[in-house]
This record gives sequence, structure tokens and C-alpha cells, in this order.
Amino acid sequence: MMDWYPLWNSLRIAGISCVLVFFSGICLAYYVARLPRVLKGILDVVLTLPLVLPPTVCGWLLLLVFGLKHPVGMFLNDMGIRFVMTWYGGVLASAVVAFPLMYRTARGAFESFDETLAWSGRTLGLSDTYIFWHIRMPCCRQGIIAGTVLAFARALGEYGATTMLIGYIPHNTATISTTVYQLWRINDEYHAFIWVLINIAISAVVLLTINIYEKKKP
Amino acid sequence: MSLSVHIEKKLGAFTLSVHLETNGGVLGILGASGSGKSKTLQCIAGIETPDAGRIVLNDRVLFDSRSRTDVSVQNRHIGYLFQNYALFPHMTVAENISCGIRHIRDKRKRRQRVGDMIERMHLTGLADQRPGQLSGGQQQRTALARCLINEPDILLLDEPFSALDTWLKEQLLADLKQLLTYYDKDVLLVTHNRDEAYQLCQHIVVLEDGHVDSAGTVQDIFSAPPTRAAAVLTGCRNMAPARLMGGDVFVPDWNLRFHPDRPAPPDLCAVAIREQSFVPACEDNGRAVLIETVLERPFSWLVQFRYRGQAAESPSLWWQVDKNGQRPPQAAFLSVSSRDILLLHT
Repeated sequence: MMDWYPLWNSLRIAGISCVLVFFSGICLAYYVARLPRVLKGILDVVLTLPLVLPPTVCGWLLLLVFGLKHPVGMFLNDMGIRFVMTWYGGVLASAVVAFPLMYRTARGAFESFDETLAWSGRTLGLSDTYIFWHIRMPCCRQGIIAGTVLAFARALGEYGATTMLIGYIPHNTATISTTVYQLWRINDEYHAFIWVLINIAISAVVLLTINIYEKKKP
Repeated sequence: MSLSVHIEKKLGAFTLSVHLETNGGVLGILGASGSGKSKTLQCIAGIETPDAGRIVLNDRVLFDSRSRTDVSVQNRHIGYLFQNYALFPHMTVAENISCGIRHIRDKRKRRQRVGDMIERMHLTGLADQRPGQLSGGQQQRTALARCLINEPDILLLDEPFSALDTWLKEQLLADLKQLLTYYDKDVLLVTHNRDEAYQLCQHIVVLEDGHVDSAGTVQDIFSAPPTRAAAVLTGCRNMAPARLMGGDVFVPDWNLRFHPDRPAPPDLCAVAIREQSFVPACEDNGRAVLIETVLERPFSWLVQFRYRGQAAESPSLWWQVDKNGQRPPQAAFLSVSSRDILLLHT
């Protein structure tokens, strides 16, 4: 009997981290795009680092903060929140690694937005909040969708930081990517191959859906 | 109905220092690119903040640096037609227009007003189209409808025709003139085009290098532009420095001395002659000229010539003659009535 837990866990981790990254990425992209140049340059480097760092380095840095021997991790543990060896620790790891993809594509979209549209909205008496949700966001839709998809795909495929932070506990922290590694390690080629196919299928469906959606709404 | 603008703003090496008052009708702000005319509109609308000054619209203070008043763009109640119209590309014509009256909570009333506006702006049948599917003229009318639906206290038009080709422009100019008759409040039109200014405006302010260079009624500015900037912007190509000599005006570059038919301004600095003002003459009433090139235009000849004895460094002059099927104009002598020599002051 096949154990389907990794599928459910992976989708849950990727889904939740995608939602987190969606809002944090858009917020930061919106504010960084309007900062003065020097500050923008510095923040940009910091926020993009997880994209270019090896995921294991991200994982190590996360352990440095949230590890149970370190102040923040100890404090959170006392509060009942533990990111080490828990499934929601996987959400944190995936979100950190996927964040730059959302942030960078959203920022690119915001920067190419024609600011006179916002000004014309203001002269019509529209509030900045309304302009953001009803004018800026729809105009930047393409970039934001692209960023969300990339972030989801990246979160789903996350291995390095995840395995460092939450390891592999069957029926607990196991995700598709860590399961594939475990199955390969114990020489269970058959089940490893099934998980590989499942992973390819999910990614293909996501990308295909986006392509169809983009073609429908030019 | 009045707008009073007194503003100062430093923008790098450029200083905007504009003082103008309007009282009704369409006021044109005529200026070359970079003269600060769009910036002036942006200050009035609240998009740009002046460093100092005061803007008052119909007794409502919009900006005052002394009392630290700065009404937000949203609350200025000003209609602003942007150069590229700034229509929201993802919304339909009706949705774009209803953006102007979103404060009306009653949806039925809103739809009613939008419907009326669509009809009035000759957009019937286009309500569900998106801006990308509209022609330039339809886009302009949609943007105008969106501005006017909430009955703003003043309408600002920023180069409304620059996005259109010449052929379409003529038609739209006539349309806009007609549509503006529905709107009985002040209109400010920013343009660098003399035809637009001439046809749409009652008064004109000439802006040069960030300050008001001259102002007056359209007739005054076009028939007797008072300054160099006004002469250039109203389409005068022949210009040369001049000075007073006794009661006469002396133009060294053209080796021309004449007695003006009207009192010359004491700070006279140049004279200008319109291309159409030259008349072929004979030896005793004209001046000897040397024709250099003749350009053929669809309905006129454009002749480039020099006066005999003209200073070598001064540019050649232009003479425009209507084409009546004749051959290229020939003339050894040209005359200009002293009435047609425009006297420009600093």
C-alpha cells in the first residue's frame, strides 16, 4: 500500500508558503520600488540572496536563528512554536527560498507600471488603496501571476533548506523531495520513480494552467 | 469662476516661477517643450508640490506654503486630461467613466449618469469596449467623459492632441471645441501648438523658461506678439535684433531702418516679419533680394531669400506665397508694410 502522506504534506507546505510569499513579496516589492536608490540597492541584495545562496546555506542560517540551542528558537519553543523537525518548519524553509522569485518578478512589474495611471486615478478622487487593488494590481497581473507560479513551483521542489530544518520523519515531515531521496537511499527504485512522476505531473499541470489562462486573457 | 496661481518650484537647474490669473473661458498655456507648462498643470492638480506660493480656485485655497495648506489630489476636485489619456487598460469604457463618480453609492444612479455621459460624448455602443479597442479620438472622448462626469471645478488639458496624427487632429479639435461648450467652468489648455491654442482658447499665457513671458487675448497675441517667445510660438520665423534710433527702428542684420506706424516699446529688442507679409515690389518701393531656394508645398511656395547687404551671419528669411497654379515666384524686390513688422520687447 502506497503512503500518500508526502503528497499531501508537500502540497500543504507549498500552498501555505506560496500564500505567505505572495503577500510579503508584493508588499516588499511595492515599498522597495519607491525607496531611494542606495537603500533600494542594499535591500534588493538582502532580499534576493536566498535565490543565489545554496539552499543548504539558507537551511543552516535558519537553524542559526530557529535552532533549539539558539535564543530565538529557545524563546519560540517555550511559547510552543517549534520550526525544527515540524511540518510547518517546512513552510518557513520553502517560503524563505521561494520569496526572491515572487519579490523580483513583482518588483519588475511594479516598476514598469505607468505611474500616470495612478495619478489619473487620484485626480478622479480614488483612494490609494482602491488604486492599488483595482488599477495597479490588475495592470501588473502578468508579472504577479508569473511570480506566484514560480514561487509555488520552487516551494514544491524545495529540498536543501527543508531537509536541514525539518529532516525526514515519515508521516510527519516527509515531503515528496525528501521522500524521493530516502527511497533512492534504501534502493526502492520503484516507489522513487512513482514519486518522480507525480512531481513532474504536478509541475506540468501548474505550468499548463498558467499558459492557458494567459492565452485567454491577453 | 477664477483660478489664481502664484508658485515657485526649483527642479534641478530649472526654476519654475509662474504667476497667472484666469477669469472664465479657455485659457491656453503656450510654451516650447521644457518651458514648464506641464509642471504648472501638475502643481495645480496637486501631483507636484511647489516650494512656495499659493493656488486658489474659486475662493478655495488648494495650496498655500505660508499657512501650510496642501489639499490632496483627491480632494482638489480638478479634472485632468493626461497627454496619453491614462485610461485604465483593464476596464471597459463604462467602468473607466464610472471611476469618476465612485463616491455615489447608489449603483442605479451611477449607471444612469455614466449612460448619460456616454451619450453626450458620442460614445454610444462602445460602453463595453476596452481602451485598446478604441481609436485615438474615442480614447480622448472617454478620458474627457471620465474627467467631466463628476463636474470638476476646472478642467486641465495637457497636450490633448499630441498623441494623434495631423489628419485626425483637425477633426478632434473641432469635436473638442464643441464638447467643451457643455462645460461652463474654467478650462486650462497646455500646448506647444499654435493652431490648437488659436482655435480653442480665448486667452493665452506664453511660458518661457519657467516664467510667464507674456499674456493676452488670442487676437492680441497672434496679431501682435509682444515678445520673442510669443513670436516664435505663434509661428514667426523671420526675426532679427533691433534697436531704437531717434524715432526710428534700426535692424542692423537686415540693414533696415524704418519709422514704425505705432509707438515702439522703449525696451524694444527685436523685430519679426511673418512669412506671408512680403509683397513683390519694384525698385522704388521694395528692397533688393536674392532668392536662394524655393520649396514647393502642396498649396504654397516657400521661398528662402536674403536681403542685399544683409549681415553674413544672420539667417536667411522665409517668404510664403499661395500657389494659384502659377510657376515658382520670382522677385528681385520685396516690400513689407511697416504695419506688418512686429515690434518685440524683452
